[in-house]
Amino acid sequence: MAQVTLRKVVKKYDEVLAVRGIDLDITDKEFIVLVGPSGCGKSTTLRMIAGLEEISGGDIAIGGDVVNDVPPKDRDIAMVFQNYALYPHMNVYENMSFGLKLKKTPKDEIDRRVKQAAQILDITELLDRKPKQLSGGQRQRVAMGRAIVRDPKVFLFDEPLSNLDAKLRVQMRTEIKKVHQKVRTTTVYVTHDQVEAMTLADRVVVMNGGLIEQVGSPNDLYHSPATKFVAGFIGSPAMNFIPCQLEQAAGALRVRLNDKLSFPVPADRTTRYTAHVGKANLLLGLRPEHITETRPHSEPNQHDFDMTIDVVEPMGMETLVYFTINGVEICGRVNPNAGAAAAKSMKLRADLSNMHLIDDSTGKVL
Amino acid sequence: MANATITTGATGAPTRPKYGSMSRDRRWALRWSYFFLVLFAIFFLMPPIYMLITSLKTSAEISAATNPWWISNPTLQNYIDLLSQNQFLVFFRNSAIVSICVVILTMTISVIAAFALARMKFWGSATLATGVFLTYLIPETLLFIPLFKMFAWVNEVFGVQLMNHWWTMIILYPTLTVPFATWIMIGYFASIPKELDEAALIDGATWMQTLTKIFIPVALPGIIAATIFTFTVAWAQFLYPLAFTTSTSELVLPVGIVTTLIKGDVFNWGQIMTGALLGAAPPLIIYAFLMDYYIAGLTAGATKG
Repeated sequence: MAQVTLRKVVKKYDEVLAVRGIDLDITDKEFIVLVGPSGCGKSTTLRMIAGLEEISGGDIAIGGDVVNDVPPKDRDIAMVFQNYALYPHMNVYENMSFGLKLKKTPKDEIDRRVKQAAQILDITELLDRKPKQLSGGQRQRVAMGRAIVRDPKVFLFDEPLSNLDAKLRVQMRTEIKKVHQKVRTTTVYVTHDQVEAMTLADRVVVMNGGLIEQVGSPNDLYHSPATKFVAGFIGSPAMNFIPCQLEQAAGALRVRLNDKLSFPVPADRTTRYTAHVGKANLLLGLRPEHITETRPHSEPNQHDFDMTIDVVEPMGMETLVYFTINGVEICGRVNPNAGAAAAKSMKLRADLSNMHLIDDSTGKVL
Repeated sequence: MANATITTGATGAPTRPKYGSMSRDRRWALRWSYFFLVLFAIFFLMPPIYMLITSLKTSAEISAATNPWWISNPTLQNYIDLLSQNQFLVFFRNSAIVSICVVILTMTISVIAAFALARMKFWGSATLATGVFLTYLIPETLLFIPLFKMFAWVNEVFGVQLMNHWWTMIILYPTLTVPFATWIMIGYFASIPKELDEAALIDGATWMQTLTKIFIPVALPGIIAATIFTFTVAWAQFLYPLAFTTSTSELVLPVGIVTTLIKGDVFNWGQIMTGALLGAAPPLIIYAFLMDYYIAGLTAGATKG
């Protein structure tokens, strides 16, 4: 059993608070991804779990034991670094067996484990090469191999893919997921790339400004973000935030964007939103895929409107269209054959059943 | 579209902008490089060549008013005389033992010190690192009088006479070599990525194992550079042995040559030059063998490893 528990963990650098008291429960065999913009405290959190940074307050427990003052080597963890941190003077076999040798593991046991890990990662033929003779992707595999052979309680990954080119990154992402499915070790993975977070994680932890904004499965975060930050951070292109007002007319609620444009609020949200009628600083959050070209059949809560398109970006399988409402640039995703063209008017359709209402003064999703 | 920015001449053909050609620039840069390199080579090689020429002449020919760059009667007598003298071999032995011991002592202290100062962040480590460098800036000419005092005190309190012993140099030279070697090694260790010792730490290495199994092998070029530097300083050191040793049997090579081959106002130029040339040989041989490492050491950290 290797659950990791963080209780009110604080990290202070001189007077700067890098991590402001976070609570997190990571269950056994879980793949957790810490994601957030740079400086949000995600790497610091990981390094505190590793024992590379002392914690300024709170408790960290691995497998039920509080490890606040336990040195890294006794925490039974393995870490994969962004720049791989392979020992340049050792070959791949020596790199992978270094930790086991220090622990005085018997030679045949080391040999068995290294060969097994090499097989999992498909690097058997590289075992006697030096790191500088390897490509970026191969070095990344060796770094993972070094972690696997130790058979630790917890794997820690610190932005392991950000040094790779785009194509290799996608490939290695799948590779990491496969390895986790094979070895089933509790994993904490840090990245600033929300796509990596979504694709890899059992649960994603979104951090911002040293605090946890939200913890949830990738789908939870995507479909029911708790804050404006999470709503804007998860998903690409990002969610549109349109200043709006909530008004009550003839017993029904409407979101009014401007004089000409207003949409009725879906019936199932009426009770939830009624209290916010007339409030200032409201934002309508709508993802680009919920603004499409108009179609012959319409579902409930879908509403057509006309808009002059500013910019068109063909992506192949879809086309992104940009237009402006209330001075805010809005992105929509339309069918490539819908005939979108810059500076032309186009009939678009908003799907309000996936709308979010956000109080911009608190940053909370209502 | 791309043509729009190129101005066209009267005939309509694009005019070539008047920039310097890259190959022409390079050619000029090379000419200047050769000119100055040859100039410097002549300038710096002149003294050793003069020494070599003088060492192959007889005393009579040296003092005769002939062309100093020409040898009329080449002779190896100076070499034979010097190498058959027992005292020259004693100087050589003293120098060799002192230099080798100083190198071992210096490298042991400075590698460990540099590792601690560069990697084990502790209170005051940055100040200490600067302090190490500052001690290097104090010239030895300022130090030998206080050292006299200290030697007298040691003799008084412990009854150990440090004056006039060649082995005293083994304790003295590191005051010059340790700060600089430590400084080189701090710079070299600092260029090793932080993640490397973190990886070792997680792999379960102690600080000492991180140093011996990771840092020393990775920093080997830097260590060799520092070793060469230390050897050169120890081998060529003049002031301390001149001040602290007097008996012929206790002299090291540079002082021995000067004190025994200059008798009053009689300069035995042929033998002095021969001794100096023979004395310069060991550092030269070491440089020749370790040159590649030395250069790699001086330029380390310039590119991502």
